[in-house]
Amino acid sequence: MRDKKMTISDVQVDEADYSGIRPLLEIRDLAITFKTSGGDVQAVRNAHLTIMPGETVAIVGESGSGKSTTALAAIGLLPNNGAVSHGQILLDGEDIAHATEKRMIELRGNTIGMVPQDPMSNLNPVWKIGYQVKETLRANGRPSGPDDVAQVLSEAGLPDAHRRAKQYPHEFSGGMRQRALIAIGLSCQPRLLIADEPTSALDVTVQRQILDHLDTMTTDLGTAVLLITHDLGLAAERADKVVVMYRGQVVEAGPSLALLQNPQHPYTKRLVESAPSLASRRIQVAREQGLEASDLLAPVAEAAASDQVLQIQDLRKVYKLRQGLGKTTAFAAVDGVSFDVKRGTTTAIVGESGSGKSTVAKMVLQLEKPTEGKILFDGVDTSLLKSSELFKFRRRVQPIFQDPYGSLDPMYNIYRTIEEPLRVHKIGDKASREKKVRELLDQVALPQSSMQRYPNELSGGQRQRVAIARALALDPEVIICDEAVSALDVLVQAQVLNLLADLQANLGLTYLFITHDLAVVRQIADHVCVMEKGKLVETGSTNNVFESPQQEYTKALLNAIPGAKLMLPPEVA
Amino acid sequence: MTSNNSHFVAPMDETPLLATDALKNEDAPLSLWVDAWRKLRRRPLFIMSALLIMALTVIALFPSLLSTVAPNDGCELANSEGGPSAGHPFGFTFQGCDIYSRVVHGTQASLSVGVLSVICVLIVGVTFGALAGFYGGWLDTVLARLGDIFFALPLILGALVITQLPLFRTNKSVWTVVLVISLLAWPQMARITRGAVVEVRNADFVTAARALGLSRFGTLVKHVLPNALAPVIVLATLELGVFIVAEATLSFLGIGLPEGVMSWGHDIAAAQSSIRTTPEIMLYPAAALSITVLSFIMLGDAVRDALDPKSRQR
Repeated sequence: MRDKKMTISDVQVDEADYSGIRPLLEIRDLAITFKTSGGDVQAVRNAHLTIMPGETVAIVGESGSGKSTTALAAIGLLPNNGAVSHGQILLDGEDIAHATEKRMIELRGNTIGMVPQDPMSNLNPVWKIGYQVKETLRANGRPSGPDDVAQVLSEAGLPDAHRRAKQYPHEFSGGMRQRALIAIGLSCQPRLLIADEPTSALDVTVQRQILDHLDTMTTDLGTAVLLITHDLGLAAERADKVVVMYRGQVVEAGPSLALLQNPQHPYTKRLVESAPSLASRRIQVAREQGLEASDLLAPVAEAAASDQVLQIQDLRKVYKLRQGLGKTTAFAAVDGVSFDVKRGTTTAIVGESGSGKSTVAKMVLQLEKPTEGKILFDGVDTSLLKSSELFKFRRRVQPIFQDPYGSLDPMYNIYRTIEEPLRVHKIGDKASREKKVRELLDQVALPQSSMQRYPNELSGGQRQRVAIARALALDPEVIICDEAVSALDVLVQAQVLNLLADLQANLGLTYLFITHDLAVVRQIADHVCVMEKGKLVETGSTNNVFESPQQEYTKALLNAIPGAKLMLPPEVA
Repeated sequence: MTSNNSHFVAPMDETPLLATDALKNEDAPLSLWVDAWRKLRRRPLFIMSALLIMALTVIALFPSLLSTVAPNDGCELANSEGGPSAGHPFGFTFQGCDIYSRVVHGTQASLSVGVLSVICVLIVGVTFGALAGFYGGWLDTVLARLGDIFFALPLILGALVITQLPLFRTNKSVWTVVLVISLLAWPQMARITRGAVVEVRNADFVTAARALGLSRFGTLVKHVLPNALAPVIVLATLELGVFIVAEATLSFLGIGLPEGVMSWGHDIAAAQSSIRTTPEIMLYPAAALSITVLSFIMLGDAVRDALDPKSRQR
């Protein structure tokens, strides 16, 4: 049956050929196979994709869905053990799926450009930026004098390009590096630009600037863009067409707005439902019993003190930066931050990298000492705690960290990991500890049979659930989530956020949620504190801050949420 | 272009929806060591070196299993530089002793010096390296400079000086050689340990353990050190071979093991005089030395590949 469809589309392409609007890139029935020690693995099957000249098409999918592999095949840069095992990649009618290396070198740069994912590792640190642009220009036989290089860089939005061209990558910020990479990708005015997660390593406001600029440039040059992203909101906002990939297959493709408003495939439906950038309100807990549960909570000391579990007053942290021999300069990572956290609620601290939000978390956890200011926990100044009291404090405040690959000891199996806090605090005997671990695994929805497994056998989301179970082992009152869901795929992220919300309702937990992602804040937080360069710029309830932000910075952050301005019917959002 | 604007949906049965983030539960749990062992036992390099080392260990522990002739008994000058004969497969040395027996009995000294030196180096190097890497600050600086001092001493020169100290001049033994080698070789181990510890000490799981209330020393012992062990084990395996060579070198120069102890280094030195007439006298102890060292270095290579964190599945 598929064969029949193929012939029909063949005819269509031929017709299109005559009428002069031939697709720039057409991927037909593509399959890509990797040879591994465990046998052949098919990473991509039945992939279809059409890009018309000047059009922007986005491939959306979770990690491992085959989206990057498909794009790499189009530019002939598959890893050595991977090969196109079936199907065609037609570039302007020419099948390049099995083109020679010589032909691909001709095409790369001139016809197909590429903006890679990680701006931190994709520039060669030992060459000047200008040289790396010049290299590209020269390889494609274009004029490569200093003025040409500077022009290419300034077109990508780098100010003072002549001077910048003489700098090395380490002198550039992440956003500037990404601009340099875009400059390299577009320097030879290719007809197709492949942008593989071009902004996922950057702050939201920078991401927005870069994408805006990329839009303008490609529109001016008439370049078609193949955008690869995990963010459905971003894809819908930037692309004319969206292609959704799942487990190596294209499951749905269509015009972006139509696809978002009327998703057909169950996977797309799931994606649309859980995309944080498209959601507009707080997660409603399935079991609405928050009040009763918090009544059952461990005896609260005083009625007066009970309300504000954490009070942070004029917190300051100054680091001394070494500058040569004996000289130091003071750098205030956190500067005069004050806020309160109400028991049983979620307070989010939002900010971009370098805003000092993680330093606040470390000080609340008593892992760093504040330079000035006080942190009151249940009305008690934590800086005055003796070491035995600090040990007790640790039972009540627990962290969950960002990197699910780094926060679990790889040498400990799941049982030992979750049991460790109980052992450290000498709670119960062996049998009762094992019972508790089983309960905790149930709470975070992991099978009890996973107890003997090691972290390297679990996915990121599963590890994060183990980290949550470990944090819950001591029945804490406050949990500090430092970017706890930032590294996870959208669906897994939604799952973990729901789990956190359920646990809050059932156990009356208080969360201090550190994140850079405003979209996530809207889903989980009651109160928001926005930080910029160590200072608190705005606080308030989540609804107030999202609906009527007072500060310019907050407005800029809110505007930068990809897909924020997309109008979706309420039943989808 | 109808195809351009059409809304394509894949048939549901082609890509059935899986539960989000389901746990793959079919395989047996894999710890780092189990995983490493599985990789190791498939490597011919490992199998070969492990078999050789097992054979060498047996020979070192029970030399009489292979040779009934004691190495220093029955040396008759009449047999000097004699060729192979019944019961004496490798022939005789210049002094008329049985080469086969001497080679077999020399294994013990080489292996014991190697193993004991590695144990000493591990104790000193890992302790110093871990403390320096974990606590940093002045302790790190002091230990690093101390290590640099020993690093700067050349092995042979250092050994000459130490063995001429009054304490050691009179009572040389296996332990003297072990002491000399350990004294000059621990900084290497300390550096590797320090580097591995520095890499691990800032990991989130260490911070998490501290937030649980574990003491700093507790996190070092329970979380940091076990995760820093892989490069240490690799280096220890490689150094075993290196130390055996060092012992042979020192014995060859006459500043190693005392005359009474059988050592390949001694025999190689003694065979110098007859290298032009009967080179095979030197060949046998030299070959034994090479095979031993090679097998430890091959083992080290195989272990390094198996413990390489980059090849671990995620």
